[in-house]
Amino acid sequence: MDLSSIRKLITRYCTGEESWVDSRTVYIGHKEPPPGTEAYIPQRFPDNRIVSSKYTFWNFIPKNLFEQFRRIANFYFLIIFLVQLIIDTPTSPTTSGLPLFFVITVTAIKQGYEDWIRHKADNAINQCPVHVIQHGKVVRKQSQKLRVGDIVQVKENETFPCDLILLSTSREDGTCFVTTASLDGESSHKTYYAVQDTKAFNTAEEVDTLHATIECEQPQPDLYKFVGRINIYLDRDEPIARPLGSENLLLRGATLKNTEYIHAVAIYTGMETKMALNYQSKSQKRSAVEKSMNAYLIVYLCILISKALINTVLKYAWQANPNRDEPWYNQKTETERQRHVLIRAFTDFLAFMVLFNYIIPVSMYVTVEMQKFLGSYFILWDDDMFDEELGEGPLVNTSDLNEELGQVEYVFTDKTGTLTENNMELRECCVDGHVYVPHAVCNGQILPGAAGMDMIDSSPGVDGKEREELFFRALCLCHTVQVKEEETVDGIKRGIHQGKSTSFYISSSPDEVALVEGMNRLGFTYLRLKDSHMEILNREDEMERFELLEVLNFDSVRRRMSVIVRSSSGEYYLFCKGADSSIFPRVVSGKVEQVRARVEHNAVEGLRTLCVAYKKLTHEEYEETCRLLNSAKLALHERDKKLAEAYDVIEKDFILLGATAVEDRLQDKAADTIESLHKAGMKVWVLTGDKMETAAATCYASRLFHRNTQILELTTKRTEEQSLHDVLFDLSRTVLRQHGSMTRDTFSGLSGDCQDYGLIIDGATLSAVLKPTQEGTSNGGNYKEIFLEICRNCSAVLCCRMAPLQKAQIVKLIKASKEHPITLAIGDGANDVSMILEAHVGIGIMGKEGRQAARNSDYAITKFKHLKKMLLVHGHYYYIRIAELVQYFFYKNVCFIFPQFLYQFFCGFSQQPLYDTAYLTLYNISFTSLPILLYSLMEQHINIDILKRDPTLYRDIAKNSLLRWPTFIYWTFLGIFDAVVFFFGAFFLFDNTTFTSNGQLMATNTQMMFGNWTFGTLVFTILVFTVTLKLALDTHYWTWINHFVIWGSLLFYVIFSLLWGGIIWPFLNYQRMYYVFMQMLSSGPAWLSIILLIIVSLLPDVVKKVLCRALWPTTTERIQRMRADRIFERVETNIHDSLLDGVQNTTEA
Amino acid sequence: MMASSYNAKDEDAVGSGGPGAVKSKKPDNTAFKQQRLPAWQPILTAGTVLPAFFMIGLIFIPIGIGLLVTSNNIKEFEIDYTGVDMFSPCFNCSQNYSWNSTSACTCSVPFTLDQPFESNVFMYYGLSNFYQNHRRYVKSRDDSQLNGDKSSLLNPSKECEPYRTSDKKSIAPCGAIANSLFNDTLELFYIHPNGSRITIHLVKTGIAWWTDKHVKFRNPGGNNNLSIVFQETSKPVNWHKAVYELDPSDPENNGFINEDFIVWMRTAALPTFRKLYRIIQKKKDNMTPTLPPGNYSLEVTYNYPVRSFDGRKRMILSTISWMGGKNPFLGIAYITVGSVCFFLGVVLLIIHHKYGNRNNNADIPN
Repeated sequence: MDLSSIRKLITRYCTGEESWVDSRTVYIGHKEPPPGTEAYIPQRFPDNRIVSSKYTFWNFIPKNLFEQFRRIANFYFLIIFLVQLIIDTPTSPTTSGLPLFFVITVTAIKQGYEDWIRHKADNAINQCPVHVIQHGKVVRKQSQKLRVGDIVQVKENETFPCDLILLSTSREDGTCFVTTASLDGESSHKTYYAVQDTKAFNTAEEVDTLHATIECEQPQPDLYKFVGRINIYLDRDEPIARPLGSENLLLRGATLKNTEYIHAVAIYTGMETKMALNYQSKSQKRSAVEKSMNAYLIVYLCILISKALINTVLKYAWQANPNRDEPWYNQKTETERQRHVLIRAFTDFLAFMVLFNYIIPVSMYVTVEMQKFLGSYFILWDDDMFDEELGEGPLVNTSDLNEELGQVEYVFTDKTGTLTENNMELRECCVDGHVYVPHAVCNGQILPGAAGMDMIDSSPGVDGKEREELFFRALCLCHTVQVKEEETVDGIKRGIHQGKSTSFYISSSPDEVALVEGMNRLGFTYLRLKDSHMEILNREDEMERFELLEVLNFDSVRRRMSVIVRSSSGEYYLFCKGADSSIFPRVVSGKVEQVRARVEHNAVEGLRTLCVAYKKLTHEEYEETCRLLNSAKLALHERDKKLAEAYDVIEKDFILLGATAVEDRLQDKAADTIESLHKAGMKVWVLTGDKMETAAATCYASRLFHRNTQILELTTKRTEEQSLHDVLFDLSRTVLRQHGSMTRDTFSGLSGDCQDYGLIIDGATLSAVLKPTQEGTSNGGNYKEIFLEICRNCSAVLCCRMAPLQKAQIVKLIKASKEHPITLAIGDGANDVSMILEAHVGIGIMGKEGRQAARNSDYAITKFKHLKKMLLVHGHYYYIRIAELVQYFFYKNVCFIFPQFLYQFFCGFSQQPLYDTAYLTLYNISFTSLPILLYSLMEQHINIDILKRDPTLYRDIAKNSLLRWPTFIYWTFLGIFDAVVFFFGAFFLFDNTTFTSNGQLMATNTQMMFGNWTFGTLVFTILVFTVTLKLALDTHYWTWINHFVIWGSLLFYVIFSLLWGGIIWPFLNYQRMYYVFMQMLSSGPAWLSIILLIIVSLLPDVVKKVLCRALWPTTTERIQRMRADRIFERVETNIHDSLLDGVQNTTEA
Repeated sequence: MMASSYNAKDEDAVGSGGPGAVKSKKPDNTAFKQQRLPAWQPILTAGTVLPAFFMIGLIFIPIGIGLLVTSNNIKEFEIDYTGVDMFSPCFNCSQNYSWNSTSACTCSVPFTLDQPFESNVFMYYGLSNFYQNHRRYVKSRDDSQLNGDKSSLLNPSKECEPYRTSDKKSIAPCGAIANSLFNDTLELFYIHPNGSRITIHLVKTGIAWWTDKHVKFRNPGGNNNLSIVFQETSKPVNWHKAVYELDPSDPENNGFINEDFIVWMRTAALPTFRKLYRIIQKKKDNMTPTLPPGNYSLEVTYNYPVRSFDGRKRMILSTISWMGGKNPFLGIAYITVGSVCFFLGVVLLIIHHKYGNRNNNADIPN
């Protein structure tokens, strides 16, 4: 596939501009068109093979290795390893080679396994049989052999093997039903249409005689866009041209439903199908912790290089005296002597690098990855976040961002389906100011006539009655709802009659379902669409049939949709429903004022309102409309624009009928969650496409805005009165004045309480704000900055009337502002995907609007309320865990390597390692790895319940507070201090005196000498114990696992050392560790100094901890303290009997 | 062991997750998965740390005092016999030194002990500025050769370069460490007040690690006559005699298992070091001290050059105690740490009383 596309590119560029084609021509059934029409340009298309695997059997090893070593860390370790192999280095290559080999192998096996699964899946797809029509016969073919231009037959419940243009179906009207559940998650059936002129060709033989070409655009990933044209050559010379749109295009991956078979022609195959083009991997998101980790790594790399440089320079300064360089007892070999001094210096530098390279350990990456991967299971396992209703728990699509959940500063949330249930119900409709409430009407049964209707105004007259029925009919007709046929036609009829229609209406928009269901309760039942006729059952149970002529689909720009129908009496109607802002300007008559008042009233209540209007068309007007639409639809270029223009012309001069109000209830505990997020110091922004009043009402209901919140408006309404410039400056002045007074107030401890600001901005104003100013001279210059300044000081922001792309724009804007805050976007619909992908953390809600958001998110949850636990508990834990993990890893390796650095000053800068090879290798792999891993999985500094109850604790870790530079420097200095203690403690014991064992345990009762390996082992023993005990001091949550791992690790070290020194190892060429550990342990002073030095190393950290806790406690520490006190008190009171006191205590709590 | 424990935990998790997953997607409600394992949750506050600090103080100070007293009771005498000074007895020897000289240069260093040395006395030689811990030096040995391996005897490890072969014969023992074996001979005489010199008996066995002597170092087997075993090999270039002539009088202390040699082969950690040379065993009668106070003479056969690298050679006499040799550092360190802990304890106590209560009071309304 790669090759062919490259070839195509080459041919395109080589042959020059004119042969560049941005459309392709497909010859149906590979038949050439009649001569003379157009030159036959054979185009090459890829075959229908889907390749999702990355490797083949042959290139796996080289390609995988290449991929792995592209990671900078792996590459660094590889270089170290190679240096060790090439030059004479102090440590054997195994010390770095073994861990690296282990990491690489494990990763390779994992990736290989994943790829193998992909291969299997690919093969299964590529080899599944497809029915192709050749020479009038149905032939079975493997899916991968399908070619562009083949005519394919697909049967019911089969998946489409590639992107197809529908030619004909088994249904007479040339429609078929398709579900795209596996593509975008919408399980509803969508209707696709065959080309009108080919729908008659519905047997294999007939289709084979079809002579036509299709011109269409080159493949592009947008699932919902397609532009093309079919030229059908009938008997005449002049071909018939018909437009093709996305309603003719069957996408690979979708499934045929409720249709016996279809015939269609392949136009995009293999990797060019829209599904494959949508495969592209999401851009990798990196967490703030990872960024700090990388910064630390660079610091450590600098430390490493400077250490090596210092030692190299000192070495040569020291060796200037030849008696030091080469004393008589320690001569160099001849080859060494002859080497050039620069080469020697460089080799020495590399050798020092190798000696100190453990300061950046391979194992840190492995541990961090494992921590993230294993840690993410706690989200999956969480019982509280499991949704009984859906039977699903949260999903973790990436574990890289676990800790980012604890760092969120801005939450961008969608409204519909996220804050609200997206469970729509028609609350009322208003026809010319008369209000009907279907709830009052319908309690199980439909009451005939208008008698049951709750009319607020006086009952309408005859004219009113007519208008009312027209209104209901309009709602019954103006929609894209489908009726799901589950049983026989009779069954459905019965179902609807019994009022159990709920399960039968399906639509991509829940509002429409709510409206049609509401109409059902008001007496007008939509039955089905049959042969382009919509059938309605009216109040008198009479069937009314309307011919559906045109559907002007809904889009988010127009915010309305229309249908053109012809009634049985031959009248043409255009019904339109849409947002009030898009209907009112187009209305010429009707009771606009009453309806507008009602709409506004409903919007404030938090209801979703739609206005309904109609106009009658004469036959001529209809013809004109058709012409307009068809010419727009036929256009190959800019079809969308032309269509929009056509719609604009058609949808005007309406007569207003009325309005509907649909209620979308708030999700369970949404308000509580928002309040918690606020308390946790997060700013919550609501981004919605809804209108301002509705959205604001939801915001009040969800306690995003409080009663005392001062609302700042930045809307089109205001900018019409004043210039944008003035409005912005006004607002910023208000906010800044407030801010100034607030800083004064903070001293008196009244911060935050004084005044809350909430900002409301709409899409149009936002784009005006974000538009780069043309004249750079204007003093206000950058509105963006002012806008951000205002937003910073508002606790809540509501952005309404947002287009999907604008949502992402907002997120991007905040991300790029100068504090670089961490953003989180949460949403449930396809329109939230862009924002979910843009934000640092994207959370999808598995809601009703399909799974697209959940699939593109980093984490998916079932309900908005789960966000609270996700952030406040899991995020908090992950953050403190990984922060400790990262800091501790650097700390323990400073402790490990710094003594080696110091030792160089006492061994003539000869790169003599302090520790034995086994210790060098195993220190990070086994002696100190598990305690920190388990700590970073299990640690809970505060209980889950307290974290949930007290969201302010989240502020304690805000702004990456545990990984700031001061903390990092503290840990590094602590490491250096400890290293100095280990080294010089041991040093003085060896240097000043005879550090000896009296050999009591040995058979001979003598006094023996210790050498350099004992020295190293002593330092190493103190090191392992100190480092492990330091972690023990940091652990607040001691489960049996922690006990097991911490004490187990120490025990393992001791046992290993005894074993390692206990035997003459036959495969080693040195026996330097033989009995070293045992001899050391048999010496009293060794024990005494180990205990002493461990205590000295730990002392400063303990003192620092205790002092900080006593003098400047953080909220976290106060709570820990309170909890401890309370337990203590409870114990006391229990002893003292009084049960009453206990009750009081708990109620206080 | 660690690995297995980890696996066990994993398996447990998988095992309990397996059947649950079959029934429904609902996760099991185990304490582990819900992060609600019972746990001990200690916090480090002044209150909890205080007793520990006082305890450490109370334990460490006595230990420190004990260590210091013991250390002070240990008698140690050190004398530098390098001969840097014009007037020192070994000056001539140190000046005239060359490897090739066949005649040994001897010098005698007189010294006086003020106090009696009781019990066993240990005699050390000390070297300064001698980098036994240089990397090139440390690795320049062949442990399998020293362990009696025949093939290594004739074909020593590459690490021994440039002390691997001489005259096309392999060197045994090879390497820089062995080559630079300390070869001064030290003898001790007590100058009786009546003027007679009494030789002090120096025991030369029992100075190396038992395991080194019996396991790690072994003569190549096959023949009791070491000169035949080492026939094919050459002596290290700087040695005056072959390895099988190190102690001809005692076959258990000859060849690779010569204890002086073993002690030397254990490379020192720091450039200034001392190594055990001889043991002066206490007298049988227990009445007279091992080394009574008085005048002594140290007779040195001066073979070992150190002047070229500004080295020093010393002879040390020392008694030992339960805690080893003279070691004031450990005692002082213990006393210091103990006092610091005690002091910190007091400071924390004050802080605890002053701030701990205030914080608590401030918390309660919260």
